[in-house]
Amino acid sequence: MKIHEYQAKELFNKAGIATPAAKVCKRKEEISNIVATMQMPLAVKAQVHAGGRGKGGGVVLATTTEEAETAANKILGMQLITKQTGKQGTRVNTILFEQGVKLAQELYLSMLIDREHGDIVIIGSRDGGMDIETVAEETPERIITVHVNPLLGLQGYQVRELIYGLQLQGDLAGSFAALIKKLFALFMEYDCSLVEINPLAVTEDNEIIPLDAKMDIDSNSLFRHPDILAMHDSSEEDELETAAASYGLNYIRLDGTIGSMVNGAGLAMATMDLIKQAGVEPANFLDVGGGASAEMVENGFRIIVSDPNVQAIFINIFGGILRCDTLAEGVVAAARKVGLSLPVVVRMEGTNVEKGREILAQSGLNLTSATDLRHAADLLAAI
Amino acid sequence: MAIFVDKDTRVLVQGITGKEGRFHAGQCRDYGTQVVGGVTPGKGGQEMEGTPVFNSVAEACRKTGANASMIVVPPPFAAEAILEAVDAELDLVVCITEGIPVMDMLRVKNGMAGRKTRLIGPNCPGIITPGACKIGIMPGPIHTPGGPVGVVSRSGTLTYEVVHQLTEQGLGQTTCLGIGGDPINGTNFIDCLAAFQDDPETKGVVMVGEIGGTAEEVAADWIAANMDKPVVGFIAGLTAPPGRRMGHAGAIVSGGKGTAAAKLAAMRKNGIHVCENLGDIGRVCREVFTGKTQ
Repeated sequence: MKIHEYQAKELFNKAGIATPAAKVCKRKEEISNIVATMQMPLAVKAQVHAGGRGKGGGVVLATTTEEAETAANKILGMQLITKQTGKQGTRVNTILFEQGVKLAQELYLSMLIDREHGDIVIIGSRDGGMDIETVAEETPERIITVHVNPLLGLQGYQVRELIYGLQLQGDLAGSFAALIKKLFALFMEYDCSLVEINPLAVTEDNEIIPLDAKMDIDSNSLFRHPDILAMHDSSEEDELETAAASYGLNYIRLDGTIGSMVNGAGLAMATMDLIKQAGVEPANFLDVGGGASAEMVENGFRIIVSDPNVQAIFINIFGGILRCDTLAEGVVAAARKVGLSLPVVVRMEGTNVEKGREILAQSGLNLTSATDLRHAADLLAAI
Repeated sequence: MAIFVDKDTRVLVQGITGKEGRFHAGQCRDYGTQVVGGVTPGKGGQEMEGTPVFNSVAEACRKTGANASMIVVPPPFAAEAILEAVDAELDLVVCITEGIPVMDMLRVKNGMAGRKTRLIGPNCPGIITPGACKIGIMPGPIHTPGGPVGVVSRSGTLTYEVVHQLTEQGLGQTTCLGIGGDPINGTNFIDCLAAFQDDPETKGVVMVGEIGGTAEEVAADWIAANMDKPVVGFIAGLTAPPGRRMGHAGAIVSGGKGTAAAKLAAMRKNGIHVCENLGDIGRVCREVFTGKTQ
């Protein structure tokens, strides 16, 4: 789960990591009062989950109160388009006013789970403020990487490796050491999958201050982090995806016209691929779970038909333990209940598959059985 | 012969008194697996459909001679359940549970280093040696005993689809297993491929991967250097948008890494027979493993 910059900085502050003086604003009426209490220069920052905010016009550095108010009025409520949001952009519901700092240098710092090594990797660079993937590709020698064993924790020599690599000296080395220890503890405590600070500022006053903060928290761990769960911002999500989640369905909306409903994530992905290979575009990823109950199928229909782009639906259920006649009855009942008018191709496999197909054929609904995946692909191409 | 499990494997079910645990313990038993006991703390001394329940894995091992376990406990307790099985020195632990926090699995993975126990999963369908032993939630009847094909996959129902098509083509299986859809898991592709390479009954392997991470690329390099048996490869997620978690916690393309295209390219480069269309996998396997085109 992603949280906003201001939320991540609240967690930083709680962990003893200082960030610039800042105020959160959600209503235009509050803008001038907040700006009046703050010193210039002032950064006005859109609080959205998507990256690339600056280039999209979601971050403005104001030198006067007028500039700050103008920028804030423009950004709050705007439809921000960045490379990560797609054409429709994302609405800015919250902005952060943050005190400007006198920059001497910009560093890069991140921590993430390294699935290949099975540990936590800390990445640092003197090239802060830039796209780190470009730095890693073009000048890999400017990237410092440290692998931390989760059972042993961050070691002194690892901290020193970062300090030498970043060429920090004197008081700065000490401040950095203190910061990274607190940040690592925060990472572990909150089940983070990513913490990224870009840039990590070195100020003219020789202080180290995170200017940005990106934090992803493992969704599987939220049962033990009620404070993080409370930070969840559903306005950042597609409405249908939120509705699907409330049914316990795993749904991701895409741009195509063929809706699909599948049991199991791997098979659901492969089914999307199959739709594309049939010459049509998938409208969604939808995993109704390994078991695929009648109730799940019904809810799945509701979600899929709520997407106006969908012209046909492909149901691909590998039953196994589930009986196909039971499944077919569920599909028919669900289609009737939601008043389904779109053509549906059903491919199911499992026990009593013949009986299942019979039920679909006799339903009087626009339900076509596919004998196997190739047949299903042909049927989809014909639609 | 087969890999990791056979008719002599003696299985405990951790979480046997839960709804899922009870159902799948029964399914495994019905398939012919030696389910010798169950473990649920606080319910020791009871019986679950004829299977004795114990308070701890250690006690269950002492009293039943179990050497493997299937874990079907809720996510908050699953990591500890794995560690308990490791401490009891079981040979094999199959963790079905989906939704274990990654940090828990990081600790388990590092804590297990140097111990004798093999972990399969978590978030996996389990392992089956058709006709001999099933430890998992896969449907037994779709499998065909006797080989010659080994199947290793990161997915559940997608594996069933592949196995079903193999069976339809008259190709039996030695062992089929899912290594799980989480970013941090126990047994990896290479562990399975090495075991299949050493298993005389296995003549060829199907490897089913998906987007996210670089496990398939690493495995493809290993195959070129270490295997002389033919391998058919499939990757799910060609159409998956970057930055979105596709159901499985591990199935995500991030920072340009873990794309299906990169995985397919790595497979091709290393001599793996790539099948891009799921509808064709049975046919491709028949052609590769038997040389028969019809």
